[in-house]
Order: sequence, then C-alpha cells, then structure tokens
Amino acid sequence: MQSTGTMEAAPAGGAAVDGGYLLEVENVRKEFPGVVALDNVQLRLKRGSVHALMGENGAGKSTLMKIVAGIYTPDSGSFKLRGEDIKLRGPLDALEHGIAMIHQELNLMAPMTVAENIWIRREPLTRLGFVDHGEMRRKTSDLFKRLNIDIDPEVQVGTLTVASRQMVEIAKAVSYESDVLIMDEPTSALTEREVDHLFTIIRALRAQGKGIIYITHKMNELFEIADEFSVFRDGKYIATKASTEVTRDDIIRMMVGREITQMFPKEEVPIGDVVLSVKGLTLKGVFSDVSFDVRSGEILGIAGLVGSGRSNIAETIFGVTPSDAGTIELFGKTVRVDSPATAMKHGMAFLTEDRKETGCFLLLDIQENTQMAVLQSDYVKNGFVQQKQLGKDSVEISAALRVKTPDMAEPIINLSGGNQQKVLIARWLLTKPKILILDEPTRGIDVGAKAEIHRLISKLAGQGVAVVMISSEMPECLGMSDRIMVVHEGRVTGFLDRAEASQVKIMELASH
Amino acid sequence: MSTNEIAGPANVIGSKKRLPPEVSILGVLIGIAIVFEILGWIFVGDSFLANKQRLSIIILQVSVIGIIAVGVTQVIITAGVDLSSGSVVGLAAMVAASLAQTSANPRAVYPALTDMSPIWAILAGLGVGLLAGIVNGSLVARTKIPPFIATLGMMVSARGLAKWYTLGQPVALLDDSFTWFGKSFNILGFPLPLPVIIFLLVAVICHIALTYTRYGKFTYAIGANPQAARVSGINIGGHLIKVYAIAGLLSGLAGVMTAARAASGQPGMGVAYELDAIAAAVIGGTSLSGGVGRITGTVIGTIILGVLTSGFTFLKVGAYYQEIIKGIIIVAAVIIDQHRQNKRKKA
Repeated sequence: MQSTGTMEAAPAGGAAVDGGYLLEVENVRKEFPGVVALDNVQLRLKRGSVHALMGENGAGKSTLMKIVAGIYTPDSGSFKLRGEDIKLRGPLDALEHGIAMIHQELNLMAPMTVAENIWIRREPLTRLGFVDHGEMRRKTSDLFKRLNIDIDPEVQVGTLTVASRQMVEIAKAVSYESDVLIMDEPTSALTEREVDHLFTIIRALRAQGKGIIYITHKMNELFEIADEFSVFRDGKYIATKASTEVTRDDIIRMMVGREITQMFPKEEVPIGDVVLSVKGLTLKGVFSDVSFDVRSGEILGIAGLVGSGRSNIAETIFGVTPSDAGTIELFGKTVRVDSPATAMKHGMAFLTEDRKETGCFLLLDIQENTQMAVLQSDYVKNGFVQQKQLGKDSVEISAALRVKTPDMAEPIINLSGGNQQKVLIARWLLTKPKILILDEPTRGIDVGAKAEIHRLISKLAGQGVAVVMISSEMPECLGMSDRIMVVHEGRVTGFLDRAEASQVKIMELASH
Repeated sequence: MSTNEIAGPANVIGSKKRLPPEVSILGVLIGIAIVFEILGWIFVGDSFLANKQRLSIIILQVSVIGIIAVGVTQVIITAGVDLSSGSVVGLAAMVAASLAQTSANPRAVYPALTDMSPIWAILAGLGVGLLAGIVNGSLVARTKIPPFIATLGMMVSARGLAKWYTLGQPVALLDDSFTWFGKSFNILGFPLPLPVIIFLLVAVICHIALTYTRYGKFTYAIGANPQAARVSGINIGGHLIKVYAIAGLLSGLAGVMTAARAASGQPGMGVAYELDAIAAAVIGGTSLSGGVGRITGTVIGTIILGVLTSGFTFLKVGAYYQEIIKGIIIVAAVIIDQHRQNKRKKA
C-alpha cells in the first residue's frame, strides 16, 4: 500500500486551496459472498476538485462509489464528511447529507416533465396544498441558468436526448445543494460537443466548491477534467496522484501492473481445423465488421472494456440477437444462426455473462437447471424426458465439476455464485458442445472455484472443443488464451498471439 | 455415484425426497373439512363428511371448474393468465349443443343437422376451445401484448359470439346420447358422475405432461426465466401457443360437459368461471409470477372451493355471506403464497 504522502506533497492543479477534505473514506472493506470487493481502500476528496477513479473492470471503483452514495454499507472503515464521522443509512440519507450520484442508467421518469422530475417529493406547494407549477418552473429555470443548461422545464423527459437527460440528472443533483457529486462514466453515451458542454458544467461546479468523483475509462478525459485521480486494482487501493504529475503510460502501469501470480493451467494441445469462422459480422449500432476464426482445441480470448460490444458479438454468434450483416461458418458451412436453438443444433454452447438474468432459473432446482439445454436431444424420447439416464448423467457431471450441494433437488438460488456457475457449465457440458462460448466464466467467484473452472476449460480444449472466452480479467485472458482478440467500441482493434500478448498491449488496443 | 477424471474426490450428491408443497394445501383442505364436520354436529346435528351423496356433489360441482383450472395452471406457470375460459365455456357449450339437438325440436338451430352422433357436437365444442386458445397464444407470443389484455379481449369477444350465435336464445332439446356425458355411474356403490371421471383423467394426463415431458420442462422454464429459457434453445413463442391452446381446448371440453349436464346450451354459461379457476390454481400453490405450480395443488385447490361452497350450504349460510367469505379466503391464499415465496428467496 502506498503512503498518503504522495497526495499531500502534490497540490492538485486547479483545485481550490482549502486544505480541508470534503470527504474522507479510510480503510473501507466490503465483502460479498465469496469475494472481497474492497480491501482496506481509501479515498480523499478535496473541495472544488474533480477526482477520477481509475481501474480495470472489477477493480472496485463501482463498489466504492456505491458506498459513498449510501447504496452499500461498508463492512468496516471510517467515513468522514466535512470532517465529521457519519454513517449513511441509504441513498436518500446520502442525498440529504449532500452526496448525490448521477447514475449510469438514468433514473428519470420519462412521461413526466423536466421540472416534475427535478422536484419530485419536494414540489413547491400553494397555500391550499396544490403543486405550484409556476414556482416549480421558476426554480427550474434559475437552476438551469446557474448551470448554463438550455432545456425547457416544461418538456417531457422522454422526448429529450440522452445528453439532455444527463444534464437534467446533474441539475437534479445540484438542486439538493449537494457538495459531493458522483458521476459514473457520464460521457459514455455523449457526442464530442455534448462532452464539451458537460465539462463546462463540471468546471462551473468545481468553481462553486463542489467535489466531483468521476469514473471513466477514457484516458484523455482524465487529463482534461480531473485534478486528481486514485487507482484501484483487484479491490485494493494503489495510489492517489495529481493528474499533472503522471503520463498515460504511468497510469496504465498502475492499473494493470502486477505479476501474474495465479497459475493458469493452460495445456499445450494440438490445434485442429477451423470450426467457427465469422466474417464481416455486423449488428447495427452495436458492432460492425467483426471477423475471426477459431480452430478446434484453440482458446480464443476476447478482451475489451465493458460496453465495447464483446458480449454482443457472442450473443449474435449464438443467435440471441441475429446479425444484420456478415456470415457465420460452422465446420466449413455457412449457417444462418437465427436463434439459440439453431446454434445448439450445430454444436454450440453459450455460457452467458449474467448468471441471474440469462443463466439461472432461480425458482427451479439444481437438477432442473442442469437439464435445461438437453431437452431437445436424445435424452427425450416421444416427448418424455428419460429422467433415469439424464438424472444419472447430471449427477455425474455435477460431481465432476464439484458442485457443492447436499442434494440435486436444492433450489439453485441457495447456492453460492461459484456453484451456480458450475451448474450452468454442467448444463452446457451435457450438450457435448464442439464450440463453447464463455462470457466472463469466472466473474464474481472465489479463487478456488476459478482455478477449477480454468482447469476444466483447458481440459475441454484438449478434447478438441473450440473455446471462445470473453474476459475482463487480464490475467485470465492472458493466461488461458492461445490468441486474444481485442474489441473497442464495436470494432476489432487487433489480435495478439499468446507469445506477444501483454496487459499493456491489450489496454492500448482496448482504449484510445 | 461415479467419478470422472476431472473430479478428484467426487461429492456425494444425493436426491433426498422432500415433502411436496401440496402437503400443506392438503392440510388446509382437511382442516376446512374438519371445521365443517364439527360445526355440522353443533349446528345441524348431522355429519358433513359421512354422506356419499354430498361428497359426490362436491366433486361434481367443481369438476368443470377443475378442468379449466388444470389448463389455466399451465398458463400461469408460464407467467401468463387466461381470462377467457368462462366465455369460451359459454361459446363451446352453445356450438356443441347446436349440433346435438333432436329432430323433435321444431326450432333446431340446424334442422338438417339433428339426431347426429354426439361425436360431432363434442369435436365442435373442443375445436372452438382449441381455436380460441390458439388465438390467445398467438396474440401473446407474436404481438407481445400482455396475456391479461389478449385474453381479456377473447373473454369479451367469445361471450359476444356465444350470444350472437343464436341471437341470445338457449339451445334446448338435446339428444340423450349427448347428455349421457353429464350422467353419473355407480362405481363400487359410489355415485361417480362422468364429468368427475373426465376431470380426474385430464388432471392425471396434465400432471404427467408437466412433470415428465419436455413440454412440462419448457413450461416451467419460460415462467421461471424467459431470457435464460431462450438462451437454452427454447422456442418461447411456439411453446406459449401450445400452452394457451391446451388451456383453450380444456375450456372447450368444460363447455361440452356443461351443455351435456344441463341438457342445453345457454349463452350465459360459464360466467366468471375463469376467476374460480384462477383462484383454485393460486390456492393450490401456483405462483402468479410464474415458474411455480403443480396440477396436484390445483386439484386440491379446486376441491377446497367445492368444500367451501358445499359446507356453507350445509350450514345454511346465506349466499351473500358465502361469496364474502370466499373472496377473503382467495386473497388470504395469495398472501400466504407470497410469504412462502419470500421465505424461499431468503433461504
């Protein structure tokens, strides 16, 4: 852990010299079942400054931010606001203490007007107790004038662009007279001009003495708007520095600079013929012109930031969202993959990214969850599920994957994340896939289970299965893949061979 | 138990049997019956249960609702609902009756089609139900409008069709070969009406389909998590059409039986049956949010409704009070259901 001396030694450029910290979070720890999301992390936010949080996906930035915004309660650690110890009871409590979060997914009510959205719960009332629309409009106009926002307070939020909605969110946060504003990748959906406008507003807020916590993956924004930044890695605090004293390369090194300590049991296996060949695959507005080949026995890693289109590419290959253009060749034959059922008929299997949303049937038991993908195979005769054979095979495969449960009739909801993931892998292995697409196969699961899953992937490749593995975890991607394809904003920006791939090279291809 | 080379020491994964959720519902049924038995001795001076005639009537009264409930249970398991069952009963009863009239009726709907084999009337009734179900299912699957709305439309239109069919006139004087399907038979000294036998047969078939076939697995999967179901290769739209079609077919069957029992077809037949059927399913443990429910539970739920009606009548409780209490019991059942689900989620 770095000493905090660095910070005190370097007064941040542009920050109002006040000395006092608006927000001091120290030794914060947060555990989720099976994972330590934050391990003794700190964050100090100065008055009148923009403080960027940097780190890879899963470094703990979002968790930390949610703690500051009162959404999560830390397991331990101190939390000081304006020099006073406080304990937040929830997001509403945080708001009342002057901490406002501008969410990535906007939380506005589309059918209501801008003014109604901003003053919801706090509507100015007339003496008779009716909502005073005139006063509300006037207050909104004042607020917008202060922030240089040009939006009609009476217009329905649903008719606004994403950028304008974001302005409304910011104005709403400011209307609470918040001192701390948290922005989570606010520019991800904005055009360059809109970004400029946003930065003007942020600078105005900074000049008014607000503290702004700014999460971004974009290096150039960091240098343009942030006074200071803190780097996190694997749930640990790395360092806080002024943005004037570092270079882009320094930051990348701080973000990824670690030894690959975990051993990845990647076996050298003979690589066979091309089994999956994607050419010019396009899904309008999401990704375009994606081409690659995967051979049997090969593990192709796909790296890229969240939102780069990695998962969408996998979904399109599996037929969840059929493509607009381009071809998919399976075993040398062009196949129109228009549904997951078609993909499965051709020997594909797809472990989705979101266990809860698209993976588990939470109400059903382990047995039923395991069997869900083989109900259109030989396990069903004349419509009747051959429960005896299927039950035996399910138990066998669950045991092989070491699913920790006393009972196949246990509801899957009662299992840990790692065990749920194993059940889902078991589901796909029962289909005896020839092409296995894995989207974040080890997200949110503990180290032991991770290693087991890695060993299994390696073993499957050894049996001639072609594996496509999407991973946000650099060591996993580097350790497991024969080749890595890097995706940035819906385009393939490069391929790296196992020998030449490194974290820095991936980061360079993945962010511009 | 076997090991695999990836495995190392294999876990022992058993499959111990746990009590099915229906046991608690069965307990409720027995409890209600005992309460009536005790109240019977106190207020009426007679036994509620020790009366073959009464027991037979209880099941007969609910067998039509029960057949509908078996269908609607499957729809609810997919996280849908079918509000059209009652109207489809009315329409199917009208159509079936119109093809089962005797030539003794000078004002038969189709004078040329009298004195026919009952098979035509039955097929027509079933066909009407099946068609209504396919329309419901297609609306839900293809247009993605909420099942509530799709089947609400069918509920209104099918009732309208039933009235329009004879311009509101009842269809009377049905052939004995058709009304035979509403008759009772003595089996081992127990008067068992044919509708009851059909109800139990339907329940057994659907129970097997839901428990042991791919059809059943898909039904639960779609209700439990449609996105995951899709990624597992399930054709959701196609399957939903099947489920609604089966529910419609069973409503048609209920309509045929209603006409056979009443020896007539009336456009007002089956009003509000869908609500009793949904209530029976929910009392039986089917969750309106989908993914959970069993036919055995629904059968018990149906019998609970029958016992309540019969018990109140036996105790000479006024009809108005009966409805009030029935409403409270349905709501209480849903509250308990949600409580049960929350507990399951926390576990």
